[in-house]
Amino acid sequence: MARAELDESVPRWDPMEQAEIDARGIATRELNDRLRDLMKAGIEHVVLKNVCGQRYIGTRLYTPEKKKMEIEIFGTPGNDLGAFLYGHNIRVHGNAQDGVGNTMDDGEIVVEGRAGDVLGMSMRGGKIFIRDNVGYRTALHMKEFEDKKPLLVIGGTSQDFLGEYMAGGTVILLGLGDRTHLANHIGTGMHGGAIYLRGAVDPSQVGKEVAISPLSDPDRELLKKHVGEFVSNFPELNLDLSEIMKKEFVRLSPRSKRPYEKLYTY
Amino acid sequence: MKSFLFPEFQVFRDENLCDQCRGCERQCAFGTHRYDETQDRMISDDFKCAGCQRCVIFCPKGAITIRPTPSSYRPNANWSREKIEDLKRQAETGGVILTGCGNDKPFRIYWDHIVLNASQVTNPSIDPLREPMELRTFLGSKPDFIDLKVDGDHVDIDTRIGPNLMIEAPILFSAMSYGAISYNAFNALARAACSSGTFFNTGEGGLPREMREEFGRCAIVQVASGRFGIDAEYLNCAAAVEIKVGQGAKPGIGGHLPGEKVSQSVASTRMIPAGADAISPAPHHDIYSIEDLSMLIHALKEATNYEKPISVKIAAVHNFAAIASGIVRAGADIIAIDGLRGGTGAAPKAIRDNVGIPIELAISSLDRRLRDEGIRNRCSIIAAGGTRCSADVIKAIALGADAVYIGTAALVAMGCNLCQKCYTGKCNWGICTQDPRLSGRLNTDIAAMRLSNLLAAWSHEIKEMLGGMGINALESLRGNRDHLRGVGLYEWELDVLGIKGAGE
Repeated sequence: MARAELDESVPRWDPMEQAEIDARGIATRELNDRLRDLMKAGIEHVVLKNVCGQRYIGTRLYTPEKKKMEIEIFGTPGNDLGAFLYGHNIRVHGNAQDGVGNTMDDGEIVVEGRAGDVLGMSMRGGKIFIRDNVGYRTALHMKEFEDKKPLLVIGGTSQDFLGEYMAGGTVILLGLGDRTHLANHIGTGMHGGAIYLRGAVDPSQVGKEVAISPLSDPDRELLKKHVGEFVSNFPELNLDLSEIMKKEFVRLSPRSKRPYEKLYTY
Repeated sequence: MKSFLFPEFQVFRDENLCDQCRGCERQCAFGTHRYDETQDRMISDDFKCAGCQRCVIFCPKGAITIRPTPSSYRPNANWSREKIEDLKRQAETGGVILTGCGNDKPFRIYWDHIVLNASQVTNPSIDPLREPMELRTFLGSKPDFIDLKVDGDHVDIDTRIGPNLMIEAPILFSAMSYGAISYNAFNALARAACSSGTFFNTGEGGLPREMREEFGRCAIVQVASGRFGIDAEYLNCAAAVEIKVGQGAKPGIGGHLPGEKVSQSVASTRMIPAGADAISPAPHHDIYSIEDLSMLIHALKEATNYEKPISVKIAAVHNFAAIASGIVRAGADIIAIDGLRGGTGAAPKAIRDNVGIPIELAISSLDRRLRDEGIRNRCSIIAAGGTRCSADVIKAIALGADAVYIGTAALVAMGCNLCQKCYTGKCNWGICTQDPRLSGRLNTDIAAMRLSNLLAAWSHEIKEMLGGMGINALESLRGNRDHLRGVGLYEWELDVLGIKGAGE
């Protein structure tokens, strides 16, 4: 599609107005150029239509003054959606691919569908809600510092290596629709944070660094809050928080925050 | 368990000079020296001495001498003392032998087998004291062609050149993270880089927030597998971003910054809890292929609005030149290669001493490979690992590097004596420690001045050597192997280096 034609669809910088971009046929870099232009023009809500594989949506939206933008995506965004995300909100009406929220700093990503591998890798803040299942190595090396704690809530379940090297943050797998958790090597190398699984997990499925325990009261409070956020993010599912909470959860946490302390000699 | 190890060093104290001031006791974080009240004299525990020479240099009476212990096993060319003692240490603990600094084994140092050319009679040499001499170097991708627009007498360059780093001499400070080294040492590197017109590399431990405004412009920030301390501000405050894939001291493995070194301030810079181990996985788990690497390179270009060059650092290993070609094609603007002798704050000794290839061979084979493929202009090469003096730098340039990273040399400039105990966190020189009592010993201003002095001295020496060859711009020496000859090298080594033997 010719660029001049597309420019017609860009609103003439009314900050109160919501902007819409038809992403059909636009390359990644150009789409992100236009998102950045819109942010700099003060647009706070953007709707992207016909997205098909464009990568790094939301990545190029850093401003020193921390401008915030809401991005609504129709279609299927490409890899690294919201990588290094700096406080923006993204909602995908559809599925997402690999690397969602890669090294995300702050903000919120909601996916009304499934997400691929390495979701939330090295995420250090913000929230991600995925309606359905996710791929391999979810929440890999997620980390936290003081009150900056990333949150990941997944409606379905995940593939192997969930929470590998996890160093902080909270991951919740709801297993809705009576999905069982079949992932192996959960929490291998884990040394911080917590994973909550709704339903059962066999000790053979978790890494040797991981302890499986029942929920404490503070855990239950935390879950109620975050699962409540999940429920309100997907109203179309008509979920009932108290119904979800009725089923047993388990908590996976690291046995040590220094798993390799005794590995070396001097 | 009784340890069967010898002490590594022996402490000699001249009792006639020592006046029991207890200075040595205060200087030694390893606890080697102690005052014995009943005897009214200082006594030493040789077993604790790391050989860092701090007490020797700071003894006001000059009363202390430290030397390797003269005790010896029966001489055995196969079972060296080091092999015997490492084995004993492992028998006593069951642990992986950890060490610091670069490979200290007697692998051939090619720098010392390469000699430089000089002008005699036909091509006059140049005196850099009286004539201009250009060391300025630009690091980053250069275009394949220059498009010109000619309009009568007026010529415009149409080609857009991507972001490049400008350095006043072809020397940058190598990646050393805050956490591995102290705040003062980190700060001194930043100061010296800014005042000398070059760059320091943050390593993977982040860049403390309060340093970003002042020093970001001379920082190359690293993105490594641990992704510590990375946010959009960190990436955007810097001059360039480097993806660390590998390190010469420990190719193929990750890193563990022990919890003892993760102080509150290190924790807030890395954005991990204080006291927890900072674990860098061996691979980037979002990079399993050149295509994946390309994705991260472009994610970083996106995150920095295409305003910063992106570097990729790899260790020099057997098939690295082919990989480097892929890295250039993946979109990297700079490739940093780290050789066999690259330093580290902590590495398993088995890896440090046995994995990787010498940087001299690596520079030459990488430069040749990229030239052969016609893509040498698309990226700059920074060579790291084993640069000890200005002559090493100039030889690296002639072999095909654009610039060098110095790490160990910079630490030595600040006071390091290569005792190889970096991983203990007890560095008596205040460089490789997070203990405020120790790190306070390193005066940032003085350390920065020592670093700037080093760069100034090397720059001048490089100009002298260049001038001697009759060359007035470093650019003319880059990859110019005709100015090098080998001495005492085998045919295959000369072939890999792409140089002739001396006299040829």
